[in-house]
Amino acid sequence: MSLNSFLLMRQEILLLAILLLLIVGEIFIPKNKKSSVVHLALFLFGIHTAVGFLGIEESSVFGGMFQTNNLIHFFKNALNIGVLVLLLQSADWIQEKIVQKNKGTEFFILLFSSLLGMYFMISAGDFLMFYLGLELATLPVAALAAYETSKRISSEAGIKFILSAGFASGIALFGISLLYATTGSIYFNEVMEVIISNNLTILAFILFFTGLAFKISLVPFHFWTADVYEGSPISVASYLSVISKGAAVFILMILLFTVLKPLMHVWENIIYVIAIATMTIGNLFALRQKNMKRFLAYSSIAQAGFILLGLIAGTQLGAATVVYFVLIYIFSNLAAFGVVQAISLKTGKENIDDYNGLYRTNPKLSLVMMLGLFSLAGIPPVAGFFGKFFLFTAAASQGYYFLVFIAVVNATISLYYYLLVIRAMFIRNSNTPIPYFRNKIYMRLGLLITAIGILVLGLYSPLYDYIYELTGIFG
Amino acid sequence: MDILSLFVLVPVLTILVLFATKGLKQARLVAMFGSIVQLGMAVNLIFAYFRERAVNTDIMVFTRDFVWFKSFNIHYAIGVDGISVALLTLTSIVVLAGVFISWKMKDLPKEFFVSLLVLSTGVYGFFISIDLFTMFLFYEVAVIPMFLLIGIWGSGPKEYSAMKLTLMLMGASAVLLVGILGIYFNSNADGGALTFNILEIAKVSIPFEAQKLFFPLTFLGFAVLGALFPFHTWSPDGHASAPTAVSMLHAGVLMKLGGYGIFRVAMFLLPQGAIEWSWVFIILSATGVIYGAFAALRQTDLKYINAYASVSHLGMVMFALLMLNKTGWNGAILQSLSHGFMTALVFALIGMIYERTHTRDITRLGGLLKVIPFISVAFVVVGLAYLGLPGFSGFVAEMNIFVGAFQNDDMFTRVATVIVISAIVVTAVFLLRVIGIMLMGRVKNPEYLKLPKVTWYERTGIILLFIPIIGIGIAPLWLSDMILESLEPFIRGVL
Repeated sequence: MSLNSFLLMRQEILLLAILLLLIVGEIFIPKNKKSSVVHLALFLFGIHTAVGFLGIEESSVFGGMFQTNNLIHFFKNALNIGVLVLLLQSADWIQEKIVQKNKGTEFFILLFSSLLGMYFMISAGDFLMFYLGLELATLPVAALAAYETSKRISSEAGIKFILSAGFASGIALFGISLLYATTGSIYFNEVMEVIISNNLTILAFILFFTGLAFKISLVPFHFWTADVYEGSPISVASYLSVISKGAAVFILMILLFTVLKPLMHVWENIIYVIAIATMTIGNLFALRQKNMKRFLAYSSIAQAGFILLGLIAGTQLGAATVVYFVLIYIFSNLAAFGVVQAISLKTGKENIDDYNGLYRTNPKLSLVMMLGLFSLAGIPPVAGFFGKFFLFTAAASQGYYFLVFIAVVNATISLYYYLLVIRAMFIRNSNTPIPYFRNKIYMRLGLLITAIGILVLGLYSPLYDYIYELTGIFG
Repeated sequence: MDILSLFVLVPVLTILVLFATKGLKQARLVAMFGSIVQLGMAVNLIFAYFRERAVNTDIMVFTRDFVWFKSFNIHYAIGVDGISVALLTLTSIVVLAGVFISWKMKDLPKEFFVSLLVLSTGVYGFFISIDLFTMFLFYEVAVIPMFLLIGIWGSGPKEYSAMKLTLMLMGASAVLLVGILGIYFNSNADGGALTFNILEIAKVSIPFEAQKLFFPLTFLGFAVLGALFPFHTWSPDGHASAPTAVSMLHAGVLMKLGGYGIFRVAMFLLPQGAIEWSWVFIILSATGVIYGAFAALRQTDLKYINAYASVSHLGMVMFALLMLNKTGWNGAILQSLSHGFMTALVFALIGMIYERTHTRDITRLGGLLKVIPFISVAFVVVGLAYLGLPGFSGFVAEMNIFVGAFQNDDMFTRVATVIVISAIVVTAVFLLRVIGIMLMGRVKNPEYLKLPKVTWYERTGIILLFIPIIGIGIAPLWLSDMILESLEPFIRGVL
């Protein structure tokens, strides 16, 4: 292996190095200063994120098992920023709750392993690498979901997640093996050339799709979502709904638009139905939620349904809008989860009713939350509006006007429950409001980045045009 | 900086300054200053428009065009014609009057003025846009602050009203989005590039099938905001719960976005669809006119009365637009303007009465002429303008509408026109009934004898709104000319 091949895998190797450094570093940090591991991890990951912005060559290694190009690299950077913000938002929680139990380092190691898995998954050039990445991305999250071992509900979340995840990836693997049986190869570029539409490949595709649909929590594979989000620590729920979902959407898009393109007449129908089901069911369940985490869980199911509108287009426009929307979604959802995290850490309150009168005591937190929710709802001039409008445009460009119509109806329904939270924060008053508190510096930084992202990402149009150029590979 | 972008920039700057203020006194001063600058700009724009029009015969003047999203061909494209200039002026006057009426806003004043100005930013942006995407963006910007404005500062069942209004209007805008996308993807019908630019699309002949499909969506998307029957139900509840300045702005300005959008987008871009579908919407709008008038007759809450009167009057705007002729359109736009000033004034007066008597129920009021003469006289005068008395703006507008309506000589339109005209009588009845019960007679409640006199800021607000009402009534020709001139391209395009 030459130096160039190493440079191609720069993100992976650097992250692995950080991971090892943390393991080794943990030994040398004295017992009474364990909380400094948080600073160390944040510092190292910050550098990793910054280094990621250096350009990369488009090529592949290991005989095509691992490939990278500017779009994949861009998306890894987006994931990095997401994880960085997430770590900033969780830093206080880790310091206050986790480090005491002497489990701080492991948290970072598990999280980074999972991220590493996602890198490999989205850079995969064959189904084997894809599957390895998928597993590496999933398994540590199960441990993370059960991280608050003192809480029964957290362990329950861990068990639920590992069981359903194991089941889903088993089905996906079965699909991959059937695909291998029909095409005789596991390499994407070889499969692409020989794949033809017959009953067996369609079955293989459906099984394979199921595995990813579970990760994205598309209806009807969404049942684990709300329970796991509610049980797991907020930073893990946030990770699942933002980073994990984003990466899965991305690899699904790459596979659908390249390898499985010959099956488009099949998957566009499947996606059509699933998109309608996911949007509608996610929305209807979100309407009645009382707990913020469950609420955001169902809202993120509904958002996944909107993303499918970009996928169904199957064109460069579709790809660009999906990547753009996921990027915006990362920021918007992190803003919402960040505020929930901050309030839960200070007061332990997680219900929507607890937020009554929040604006009068904590105006800044409420404003960040409002930005996040408006962005999720697609209200201009924040970024979510642009993301959603473009997704709808992508679907309409292929003539799916009825689907767009269903989607806009759903967008209106979703507005209702986002407004419920806004109503609690701004309109309602409470006798026992959440008292005023100041967040620590990391949390403030984490929320500030999301707020700026939400305000800028939409209005700053060169970003979209850049993504559109990057997705030229699907043109 | 060009003269039109300032219309968006100034409110945005005012909002930023508002964030730095503390307390009511600073906030209202900043808001007032910003709105006065805005009004100055609007007046200046009228003169600049006439100067420019003398040398420039384009459909839109003062146009600017910047590429925004290259790959979608989305532009930040702005420009005005006589209609938008008139509506911009209306907006700036109503906003300034609204700031004066909210002079004593005690609860969260800074947030109140910020929301109010966000709303006005959306409205200004909507009127100057000639790019469908930008237009749609500003439309939603204008609607969403209503939720907070009604929810936080409203009265009565405010949460219910705020939610109902926001969801219905955003739902309408969602339908509109489908319509806009439909127009966008048919804008290359003549082989050009896809575009959101209204002037470009108007040159393209969009296939008839597409027009038939997307016209009703686009029309409905805007018409809900214009309170088309039976999608008007958000309007009475919303107005009744909203604080005074918000009712003024909403009925006076925001609902005009509906009529303007129908005219500028739905009819201009999809003319064949308009001809095909007009009968459905003529039935609905005529029903709205008569229904609103009768509903107003039965109400006792002043705000509900005026809200239903607005449903009736705006139904007339849509009815006139659907007549598809020059006189009718001229009337529709004049009616939009005149109704904007009048309804804002009526809501302002209702707010003043309510603030003093703490009731809006006309059966509990009486003899107000004796105790608060200035407000009462203003109410009588605007009431007369409302029922279309010559010498006021309402007369000019309704005259044009009915003359326009009678130019269509088929039986169906005739019947509809007669029904719409008969609503005037009902309007007269309910207005005179309100004036009779509330202002005349003896003072029913002895406490009302000590009602405070009108204050300087209230007086300023009232006079500000009276000037255009009487101005349009006495000298309608210059405004008519401005509008008729701007109607030419529509007549060429649509008829």
